[in-house]
Amino acid sequence: MAAQRKRLNTATLVLLPFWAVVLAAYVGTMLWTVQISFTASKLLPVDEYVGFAQYERLFGSTRWSVSMQNAVIFGVLFIGGALVLGFLLAVVLDQRVRFENTLRTVFLYPYAMSFIVTGLIWQWLMNPGLGIQKAVRDWGFTSFDFAWAVDRDMAIYALVLAGLWQASGLVMALMLAGLRGVDEEIWKASRIDGIPAWRVYLFVIVPMLRPLIVTAVVLLAISVVKAFDLVVALTNGGPGISSDMPAKFVMDNLFTRQNIGLATAAATVMLITVAAVLVPWIYTEYFRKARVGGTA
Amino acid sequence: MKGLVRSILASAAIGVAVMPAAAQEKPRAEVMHWWTSGGESAAIKTFADAYNKAGGVWVDTATAVGENSRAATINRMIGGKPPTAAQFNTGKQFDDLVTQGLIRPIDDLAEKGGWKQVMPASLVAAASRDGEMYALPINIHGQNWIFYSKAALKKAGLSELPKTWEEMVPAMQKMKDAGLTPLALGGQPWQERSLFNAILLQQGGKNLYMEVYQDKNEEAVRSEGFRKAVETYGKLRQMVDPGSPGRSWNDTTALLIKDEAGLQEMGDWVKGEFINAGKKPGVDYGCTIGLDDSMLMVGGDVFVFPKIDDPQQKKAQDLLAETMISKDAQVAFNLAKGSMPIRKDVDTSAFDECAQKGLKLLQSEDSQAPVFEILVSASLAGAVDDVITQFWNNPSASPDDMIEGFVNAFELEG
Repeated sequence: MAAQRKRLNTATLVLLPFWAVVLAAYVGTMLWTVQISFTASKLLPVDEYVGFAQYERLFGSTRWSVSMQNAVIFGVLFIGGALVLGFLLAVVLDQRVRFENTLRTVFLYPYAMSFIVTGLIWQWLMNPGLGIQKAVRDWGFTSFDFAWAVDRDMAIYALVLAGLWQASGLVMALMLAGLRGVDEEIWKASRIDGIPAWRVYLFVIVPMLRPLIVTAVVLLAISVVKAFDLVVALTNGGPGISSDMPAKFVMDNLFTRQNIGLATAAATVMLITVAAVLVPWIYTEYFRKARVGGTA
Repeated sequence: MKGLVRSILASAAIGVAVMPAAAQEKPRAEVMHWWTSGGESAAIKTFADAYNKAGGVWVDTATAVGENSRAATINRMIGGKPPTAAQFNTGKQFDDLVTQGLIRPIDDLAEKGGWKQVMPASLVAAASRDGEMYALPINIHGQNWIFYSKAALKKAGLSELPKTWEEMVPAMQKMKDAGLTPLALGGQPWQERSLFNAILLQQGGKNLYMEVYQDKNEEAVRSEGFRKAVETYGKLRQMVDPGSPGRSWNDTTALLIKDEAGLQEMGDWVKGEFINAGKKPGVDYGCTIGLDDSMLMVGGDVFVFPKIDDPQQKKAQDLLAETMISKDAQVAFNLAKGSMPIRKDVDTSAFDECAQKGLKLLQSEDSQAPVFEILVSASLAGAVDDVITQFWNNPSASPDDMIEGFVNAFELEG
């Protein structure tokens, strides 16, 4: 007993500096951000407190409300779409198809590219002057229309499309790993019972993959919240402000517009929103099960 | 192997020990700027050469894109390791740094060199806070230039460019009917705003322009003149090509160079693109200021000198400022940059015919107006950009939407 406690203490002691760094670097800066959001800071942080004035400005701004709406549209379509596409790809590959290795690499490859590159590629593809639209029109289909990035009603979907192309492969890799882990016996049993394969997938396999789905959703949700580089490279928030996203709003105000107060207010609202949506869900997914199981 | 490593280390150590001794003697000036494109780096090199010739050592710290460079400068100033000099745009970008006492006033140098007498008063004012000069303006960029392709004009059956926006709109329609893109515009908020401001200055006149942007006057925004400018601007929404949104200014200029588009409203940095493409002013392309060469919108670049206690660095700052503003350096720099010299008393015969037009307007205060960035804060500028870009990109937005948006922006950010 005594030896164990001593060992624990040494471990705690060794970890202390790391805890200090974590607290200062993550929690400390977070609190600092919140503090600045209550000041009149412009180019530099100042200590002149103005209460909720920055938040009033923020919620009075059309651009902010448009970016928040866009974040919801993008988030729902991107996470949902990547999950469905990724799962279907994994199921197809799980049929022991030929050239599986090659196909797996091909589908996962986009994930190796940064969002900046992804954004640029799709910007070119959707450019009316040199992209897919021009190619198809040159083949004779003159009414073909695929200039999403420069169309204010479609620009946000252009972002979703590029995002899906990039992230589906990752979901596929995760799901495929899960599918490979499914016990052969389950398939044998279902075959004996004569259950069609799609029902087995939907009602047996998907619930078994739940931890992987949670992981995928968390990873995808993070890229929704921090979506900045994709927007900058593909549409730069345009045409107008039609495809603006919260992270871009924060960056613009932080650097170009010398509006640190407003930018930190927006960052705080983002933090609260994410916390309000994600934390309860992750908590139930991870910790409730752990407690029922009795481990940790 | 071990011997090799050891000898490399040894020689590196000797190198480190010897290096500082040689550099100590001359005033070292570290200059932060964002001039990284071909023409721009050629321009800054003229300054570097002049400074080295004057007995200093120029240390170049270039960061691409103005925002990034300014962010780096500000970080270093706050961190207590400022550069000798740093570039900003003429305007309000460095206001907070002055308030925080981080920038050295250069009135003493200006008095000694008699600079204020030879510079345009509006730019001296833009570089000063409470009557004291805090920044050194080094060039003048006109920002309401209209560049047009002569071949495109001919193709549309126009003998010359109309002198007013009222005649311009039907002329653009003619270009459109001839299969051209009448207006070459890069659909980025700052370019869309630049076009609107050029129209406002031309159609509404300098008084209205100043009432709107300097006084933030609500009545001026609701006036008939402002509405007319908005209406003209609205009509131009149909004059751009579908590839416009998000395009950079230089890709847009390429449309003029290929004679596919009629005209582009931009600053005089566009000339660099024409020069690179081997196009000649007056032959291949034309240039007017506004539409009738009557009013120049002036802005430019400045260098600020952070407050540093080290006397050696102060000496470097003095020498640097005197070098940059000297007559020879002014001509060499501005020829390469495509801008106009900040001094009225230099020989300008080497400048092209477009620059000559600008120089003529610079002679009088009545024929120039400051650019938007000099008059409004960065946050108001951003809010105005948002309003203008929403109007421009939404074909169903009415002039009232834009006017109300301006009033709103002034109330929130003014």
